[in-house]
Amino acid sequence: MRKKASAWLALALGIGMALSGCSSSNSSSDNAKQGSQKAGEKLEIFSWWTGAGEEDGLKALIKLFQEKYPDIEVENAAVAGGAGTNAKAVLASRMQGNDPPSTFQVHGGAELNEGWVAAGKMEPLNDLYEKEGWMDKFPKALIDMVSKDGNIYSVPVNIHRGNVLWYNKKIFADNGLQPPKTFDEFFQVADKLKAKGITPLALGDKEPWVATHLFENVLLGTLGTENYKKLWTGEVSFNDPQVKQAVETFKKMLNYINEDHSSRNWQDAAQLVAEGKAAMYVMGDWVKGYFVNDLKLKVNQDFGYVPVPNTEGKFMVITDTFGLPKGVKNPDDVKKFLAVLGSVEGQDAFNPLKGSIPARIDADPSKYDEYGKQTMQDFKTAELAPSLAHGSAAPEGFVTKVNQAVNIFVTQKDVKTFIDTLASAATELKK
Amino acid sequence: MVETVSITPAEKTAGVPAVRKKRKWTADHWLAAAFLAPSVVLIFLFVYGFIGWTGYVSLSNWNSLVPDWSFAGLKNYLYLFHDFRFQADLRNTLVFTVLFIAAVIVLGQLLAILLDQKLRGESLFRNIFFFPMALSFVVTGVVWQWLFNPSTGVNLFLKPLDLDSKWYTDTTILGGFHWGKIEFGIPVAIIAVVVAAVWQMTGFAVAMYLAGLRAIPDEVREAARMDGATEFQLYWKIILPLLRPITVSVIIIMAHISLKIFDLIYAMTGPGANFVTDVPGVYMFETTFRGNYYANGAAIAIVMLLSVAIFIVPYLISSRKGGS
Repeated sequence: MRKKASAWLALALGIGMALSGCSSSNSSSDNAKQGSQKAGEKLEIFSWWTGAGEEDGLKALIKLFQEKYPDIEVENAAVAGGAGTNAKAVLASRMQGNDPPSTFQVHGGAELNEGWVAAGKMEPLNDLYEKEGWMDKFPKALIDMVSKDGNIYSVPVNIHRGNVLWYNKKIFADNGLQPPKTFDEFFQVADKLKAKGITPLALGDKEPWVATHLFENVLLGTLGTENYKKLWTGEVSFNDPQVKQAVETFKKMLNYINEDHSSRNWQDAAQLVAEGKAAMYVMGDWVKGYFVNDLKLKVNQDFGYVPVPNTEGKFMVITDTFGLPKGVKNPDDVKKFLAVLGSVEGQDAFNPLKGSIPARIDADPSKYDEYGKQTMQDFKTAELAPSLAHGSAAPEGFVTKVNQAVNIFVTQKDVKTFIDTLASAATELKK
Repeated sequence: MVETVSITPAEKTAGVPAVRKKRKWTADHWLAAAFLAPSVVLIFLFVYGFIGWTGYVSLSNWNSLVPDWSFAGLKNYLYLFHDFRFQADLRNTLVFTVLFIAAVIVLGQLLAILLDQKLRGESLFRNIFFFPMALSFVVTGVVWQWLFNPSTGVNLFLKPLDLDSKWYTDTTILGGFHWGKIEFGIPVAIIAVVVAAVWQMTGFAVAMYLAGLRAIPDEVREAARMDGATEFQLYWKIILPLLRPITVSVIIIMAHISLKIFDLIYAMTGPGANFVTDVPGVYMFETTFRGNYYANGAAIAIVMLLSVAIFIVPYLISSRKGGS
């Protein structure tokens, strides 16, 4: 009997502890709620900036913020994974479960507007823009990318350019070649390189968005900015002859890529150009950070850059922005952070380290390298086009389907099936 | 592996069946029930409850960030079975499962029989074969991704011999014929993945077969030898048939691993060019958490559950019958 009694006691204790565990955690969260009136609630900054350069940029930004607001505790909640693929999955679960981070990284454009804003999960930030006098400090086309139905929903911190052709200077010099400006020139250069046994174009589509990135640049170069943008609103159909022409060009390009493309990610493909095994590479300008910081190469000595053929005067925009989700406990703290993020000081702390350019037009060019200065200049004058591969042009669901179609196309090279798949996926796009 | 505990004999000796009917629950029973209750409740909630929930989502229209609970019928399932990627997934899973289980059984039996020859250093070999089991599939995936990388890895040795291969980047389908939207056959790329999985899981089969071999009494072998059986006949006609129950267990365990495989593929190859190494698990993850097609993802999960159930349910039924 004594044994039994002690077993009952153990059970009772166990239940009691479980209950008290619950109640104590309740009371602690109550405390936190009260504390947030002062400065108790942590400011959780959610991003996928964990790589070299970008992590330093984020830390510099947080440091600047903490100098201004030493009372607010900041938590850097970054989730690793290229192009934010893992972070976006984590974010989706948290938003669905009504447990949003204080503020999170989101690409301006459809990813924000058709995703979180359409789902009713974001607070408008018009008052913040008014208060900080930002309406004429960001380009209008950029503010449009983070607005829906007249409300502004996030603050852009940086700009990356997607339509850049990176090339190995030594290979081009040795073979007496000029970087191509049109698709025709591209294929001439590529043929000469191929004849010499050099892989003309590097590709690393282990993650399929890399191939989509190449394809969207061909689309932009073939259709022009106006029609390219109309693809995502349904005003131009994927059955348009120009799209077919772009697909044919894309298909032809695939004859010039490295054979092991599907075993490489974007960094591995960049390495081919760095090591002189491939001559050219189409990738966003985060690859410059990889060349300079990780591979210790020099801009305009080891590698050069030009706009992707046929896209001079056009600018494929990828912009990282931060917004204010509904239901956070400390919206005032979040707005303080966003104010720092959108300030000249904040943008100049972050961008030189990340290797991107500021989203504001009045930032200090002297803080940026040669590439950055020229890109800032281009950004002011070029036509801005939203990137599909990076979620600015169309909702994530559509992008996923395009990635799948591109992944199949790269192997099968079946133009008709590819265009049919794109056209049927496009029926989901809102007009 | 078949363990059904029967309490009938004990009860029979304890007393008359009539007493059992009237029997009141003693404190002991209440205590046992109280201790079991939390785990029963948790399992029903978090396993069966969420299976039901997933099934419900798979029949809804929730294919964006905003939940849409309207009833969609089998729309999501129909979409999947007409989808190139899902058809490729079914092919890959089938090929992977068959090759993987066959290789694990053959290698497992062979190595176990060799180890059973009372050789010196047996425990050393046993450990060597068993250690890969201690790794996670993610580690295995990363290691073999580099070993089978077409531009580095084993190809550096094979290239001078002209034996280099494209391994998991090969998009060839062996014995391909048209089926639905895809080419049905054995994707060459999946063989590289099978090698990695076999490398990891064979040790487990070896351990099981070794235990089975040790359980066969020496008298059986001696009797066979007395009757003039050769060593080959001994193994082929006597030992291997006696190991059949072990083989059933190995098949069940390996099938549920291979039908649900995700981490190995994700770390090693990803979906692969033209989806030659894609599996339903990877597709489910990408379409749900990247594409926000929640209902489609739930439908994939249910298909995976059913495919595992095809193996598990008959096994459970037969083991219940075997026990009584």
